[in-house]
Amino acid sequence: MTPAERPLSPFQLGTIYKLQLTSMLSLNHRATGIFLSVGSPFLVWWLVAAATGDHAFAAARWFFGSWLGLLMLLGWTFSFFYHLCNGIRHLVWDAGYGFELRTAYASGWTVVAASGALTVIAYAAGLLVRG
Amino acid sequence: MVEFTLPANSKVRAGKTFKAPAGAKRVKAFKIYRWDPDAGANPRLDTYEVDLDACGPMVLDALIKIKNEVDTTLTFRRSCREGVCGSCAMNIAGTNTLACLKYIDEVKGDVRIYPLPHLPVVKDLVPDLTHVYAQYQSIKPWLQAETPAPDRERVQSVDERARLDGLWECILCFCCSTSCPSYWWNGDRYLGPAILLQAYRWLADSRDEKTGERLDALEDPFRLYRCHTIMNCTKTCPKGLNPAKAIAEIKKMLVARR
Repeated sequence: MTPAERPLSPFQLGTIYKLQLTSMLSLNHRATGIFLSVGSPFLVWWLVAAATGDHAFAAARWFFGSWLGLLMLLGWTFSFFYHLCNGIRHLVWDAGYGFELRTAYASGWTVVAASGALTVIAYAAGLLVRG
Repeated sequence: MVEFTLPANSKVRAGKTFKAPAGAKRVKAFKIYRWDPDAGANPRLDTYEVDLDACGPMVLDALIKIKNEVDTTLTFRRSCREGVCGSCAMNIAGTNTLACLKYIDEVKGDVRIYPLPHLPVVKDLVPDLTHVYAQYQSIKPWLQAETPAPDRERVQSVDERARLDGLWECILCFCCSTSCPSYWWNGDRYLGPAILLQAYRWLADSRDEKTGERLDALEDPFRLYRCHTIMNCTKTCPKGLNPAKAIAEIKKMLVARR
């Protein structure tokens, strides 16, 4: 029996290995990072459209006002704040602090709560400014 | 590389069920991963119903009972049955731990038992650890000193000795390494939390004189820096150690020596 014929032991997150706050927040850090990268061309489009003229800007406005556009804006806002908060958490880790399991869980839940709250605040402020 | 599914020969099929003896009052089902190298078939999940009134409190007690009384072909590693040898490390109810330290009562519902994740399987719950041991050897886990050996032991202050606490207790069960998604996906080149904790154990030793060489060997995008501080390692360590912190200390040492 050669090792090559041996099966690989199961590992899949969720079904075999339990989803935990530790791995979920890490996974989410990646996912939000990718989603933010996808968002940057849209931001560029919006800025270029604003510089180009009324017609182009109206098209961009139409997209960001559509339900899909609004949904993506909400996603980007949350992703931005999540990636920011969790990034700070990683910065603190890189300095060598916050590795006790209790601390890591406390900071993890703080990141979740803070990014949710900041998203709500950002939208509240936006609506307030618009009047 | 990132992967989410098992190769075709590794997919787990439904298996046999061994009923509890008649009259058993407290019955618990143990769903256990089985793979027989001689059968030429895919792995399967067998169900063993165990009467808890006639069984010790730990998952290892149940495994030994099954092997003794129900199915002698069930294969697993075990030795000390008290959490110091690291042999009975396996995936129990979704996380890696030592079967001898895991209470059956802690598991709600059926007890699902798999070998340590993402390793080649030798048989049933016995994974092939050749690669992990080779990685262990690669970090030269022994005292290296240029100065001639003194007539007596190499002395340490109390503080210097204390720096090894939380490191020397590691029993190399590899629960942490095999809980790490980064190690699943890049284990061929990434050393993983268990080996990196050991690497730090020698970096932190005041008697060792090869700190520079040790750090040189670790300064690599894969060997060390595939650690993304997921913290599954610390979460799962059955000895309550903190591999994630040990890895962070190595990263700090590499920054500090620039």
